Amino acid sequence: MNFETTIGLEVHIELKTHSKIFSPSPVAYGADPNANTNVIDWGYPGVLPTTNKAVVADGIIAALALHATVEKHTHFDRKNYFYPDNPKAYQITQSDKPIGHDGWVEIDVDGVKKKIGIAEMHVEEDAGKNTHERDYSYVDLNRQGTPLIEIVSKPDIASPAEAYAYLEALRQRIQFTGISDVKMEEGSMRVDVNISVRPVGQEKFGTKTELKNLNSFNYVQRGLEYEEQRQQQVLMSGGAVQQETRRFDEKTGETILMRVKAGADDYRYFPEPDLPALNISDDWIKELGDAMPEMPTKRRERYVNDLGLTDYDAMVITQTKEMSDFFDATVALKADAKMAANYLQGDVNAYLNEKQVDLQATKLTPANLAGMINLISDGTISSKMAKKVFKAITDGEEPKAYVEAHGLVQLSDPAKLQPIIDDVLSANPQSIEDFNNGKKRAVGFLVGQIMKQTHGQANPQVVNKLLMAALQQ
Amino acid sequence: MNYFKQDLASLHADLVAKKISAKELTQATLDNIKATDPKIDAFLTLNEDAALKQADAIDAQGIAADQPLAGIPVALKDNLVTKGLKTTAASKILENFTPVYDATAVSKLANAQMVTVGKTNLDEFAMGGSTENSAFKTTKNAWDQTKVPGGSSGGSAAAVASGQVPVALGSDTGGSIRQPAAFNGIVGIKPTYGRVSRWGLIAFGSSLDQIGPMTRSVKDNATILSAIAGHDEHDLTSSTQAVPDFAADLNDTTSVKGLRIGLPKEFLAEGVDDGVKTAILAAADTYRKLGATVDEVSLPHNKYGVAAYYIIGSSEASSNLQRFDGIRYGYRAQDVKNLEDVYVKSRSEGFGEEVKRRIMLGTFSLSAGFYDAYFIKAAKVRTVIINDFKAVLKDHDFIMGPVAPTTAFGIGDEIKDPITMYMNDVLTIPVNLAGLPGLSLPAGFSNNLPVGMQLIGRPFDESTLYKAGYAFEQNTDFHLQVPTLGGQN
Repeated sequence: MNFETTIGLEVHIELKTHSKIFSPSPVAYGADPNANTNVIDWGYPGVLPTTNKAVVADGIIAALALHATVEKHTHFDRKNYFYPDNPKAYQITQSDKPIGHDGWVEIDVDGVKKKIGIAEMHVEEDAGKNTHERDYSYVDLNRQGTPLIEIVSKPDIASPAEAYAYLEALRQRIQFTGISDVKMEEGSMRVDVNISVRPVGQEKFGTKTELKNLNSFNYVQRGLEYEEQRQQQVLMSGGAVQQETRRFDEKTGETILMRVKAGADDYRYFPEPDLPALNISDDWIKELGDAMPEMPTKRRERYVNDLGLTDYDAMVITQTKEMSDFFDATVALKADAKMAANYLQGDVNAYLNEKQVDLQATKLTPANLAGMINLISDGTISSKMAKKVFKAITDGEEPKAYVEAHGLVQLSDPAKLQPIIDDVLSANPQSIEDFNNGKKRAVGFLVGQIMKQTHGQANPQVVNKLLMAALQQ
Repeated sequence: MNYFKQDLASLHADLVAKKISAKELTQATLDNIKATDPKIDAFLTLNEDAALKQADAIDAQGIAADQPLAGIPVALKDNLVTKGLKTTAASKILENFTPVYDATAVSKLANAQMVTVGKTNLDEFAMGGSTENSAFKTTKNAWDQTKVPGGSSGGSAAAVASGQVPVALGSDTGGSIRQPAAFNGIVGIKPTYGRVSRWGLIAFGSSLDQIGPMTRSVKDNATILSAIAGHDEHDLTSSTQAVPDFAADLNDTTSVKGLRIGLPKEFLAEGVDDGVKTAILAAADTYRKLGATVDEVSLPHNKYGVAAYYIIGSSEASSNLQRFDGIRYGYRAQDVKNLEDVYVKSRSEGFGEEVKRRIMLGTFSLSAGFYDAYFIKAAKVRTVIINDFKAVLKDHDFIMGPVAPTTAFGIGDEIKDPITMYMNDVLTIPVNLAGLPGLSLPAGFSNNLPVGMQLIGRPFDESTLYKAGYAFEQNTDFHLQVPTLGGQN
């Protein structure tokens, strides 16, 4: 029996606004429990929410970035449920008129491009956090009211690999808008997954299961792969898939039953009476659209077509807007594009990984990287010397000044190199004989001696040329 | 000294002339409340120490002529949160709740240096029309202590009518200022929705609630409304409309000349007592004599207002009252086994019968499968009622009619019969649904109990209502008649 798979993803993205969505409390991490809260966040009697306009703007930006239609006449709704981290016992969200709908992103799996539809996206408030210690449970409301955008995919995702690619495309596009850090490891991007399989040709979707504890794109893909196989086996053995929630186990790569769903929850949605409806003007949408940075897909086209990068290089450079902006700025300073791309993917990424920091948190600047690359290109320094220079520019040093101060200038002048070469040759007659007897290894030894004499500053190309000329005399 | 008959202007004059100090006035007010409250049970909490301290500070600073409210006592309905002063909403679930902030209306009065002397009784969470739903006490009518004071702002109404305070604030979701004002023979206004900030008003029906003043005269009422009204950045439903000095315009007793008044036939239909009808028809004649025309008009969908209101108001309340869950503040049940127990027991033990009834009604109305038939249908009825009012107010300056179909009923008479109780609000509820201003003022007596008249205006046109109310007051003496309670000074 052949099966087809349908995957649905609900992605929550935490916005980087200064204050919360419905209260003036700051949005910040690492504060003491309940430090970033006020009476609104506590759900105190008599308090009212006020809408943070920056959140609405971010919702519009997200909609534009995901090719969605912005809903110009929208409002907030209440979703009612009791939980200690939900102090009002309702969440202010959007139900019947989400701020964006009918969008899409393009994915590329093994060279095959496909558009994945986005059903809707809405803005809402996050809940607080419960923690449990011994006999006590604690509530921290710092996260309560943090603005979120929830993005719901259409049932277009047909494989775990497509799910991975969709998440990556979504992450990149949102990251480029700057409205969120979109980091799963920090919780600023969270993914709820559901999956169903059905025999090819069956019109009705199969029964879906939900997967929890998927804390990276990788786990999403692996969890879905396991679950896809499991459901197929259940169906092939004549069984029926149950509507249930399963937990992904990182160690075994399996999914484990958590709970079987008994009927749908009733959240009793209704329009939030404390907040006036939102009327979004065309002018505002245009203003936000005009200010949007160039999206990663466009940048990749430019890098490949105009700058001659490979698809792979272009893909790596556009992982984050910071990297891509850094690259653009470096190239704008006349640095060789291919070399700039190589440095960013190689030394720069290695440095970021080693230090566990983001590019913007380092002392690296496009001017200094470009300066270093240009010194390599014009022969002032060798790529070997560049290792030292790179270390210096990570400390914020200006490459040219550093090279001069440390005498790192490459010795390329034949008039200065020739006497040194002559000295080395006269000191090593055996090597000349070896060379004449066809032992090419002797060249390497001689070059090594010349480099030693010049403390590594001799330009290897020039040395080679002069040495060969001398030997072949 | 007898402050009972004094209005704000004369109290202010006495304070400025130092005939009395703010502290003396505050002390006298507190003494009077202590002497009279055993008869009417208007207050839940007295703010004695803080009030005297505040009055002292006001005296030390001196009261200038441009501080018309400084040093004058005020009472607050106990669903307005007050920083450092217990706020219960007359519910066991908030029995020991002391807020950390002031409602906007409260801080505006404090900034005007009014002295809060205490918090008044109400139906629990403002749900009711008799103040019998209070978890703590039943307030009595200032005119007859066997009768209810109306509700839910019954404590504020009885306190003002009995002379305990010249001013109290109430809140009105379906008639909760206007009906107790009528039952106690005082003046109360439900301002246009959005006129007064709801920040700090413990929410009942968020799309219906408004705070308003309760006073013994139209002019005092107008003065206080100007003081508490205006846009508030804490409440996005509060309007940015300019707030007039309502009282400043009230010097012309002939200002109703040429006005067109609509008297809806539905407001005098079956169910309205003859004594009430007689008073309202007489009031219509008074307006005619003053040069206004009074036409019979129709609000054909008025009769659906009560049903729509109990769905919309209860739905909103069912959501608003979920925060009282025993987790962060308020009453928490003991002997609980798990989280669900905390919720179920705290709420079962903390809320009274009427509140639970409305939570259930609202929860049902919002439930999957019933939402369209109830909540959405009620919202549509609301639109139809709004359009009824719009049609009449297009060519009428305001609408007049009774506030309630009857005068104050006996304590215990209706409390067992929710539907009869709900129907008391048939004439006030549509005004909340439409968000319009409604003024309640004394218009006569029936069976020795006050009859209230209701004037309903265009959105944000409280001015016309005050002018018309003032003109009526200047040509009648109902507002000058006062109840007598033993123990008054």
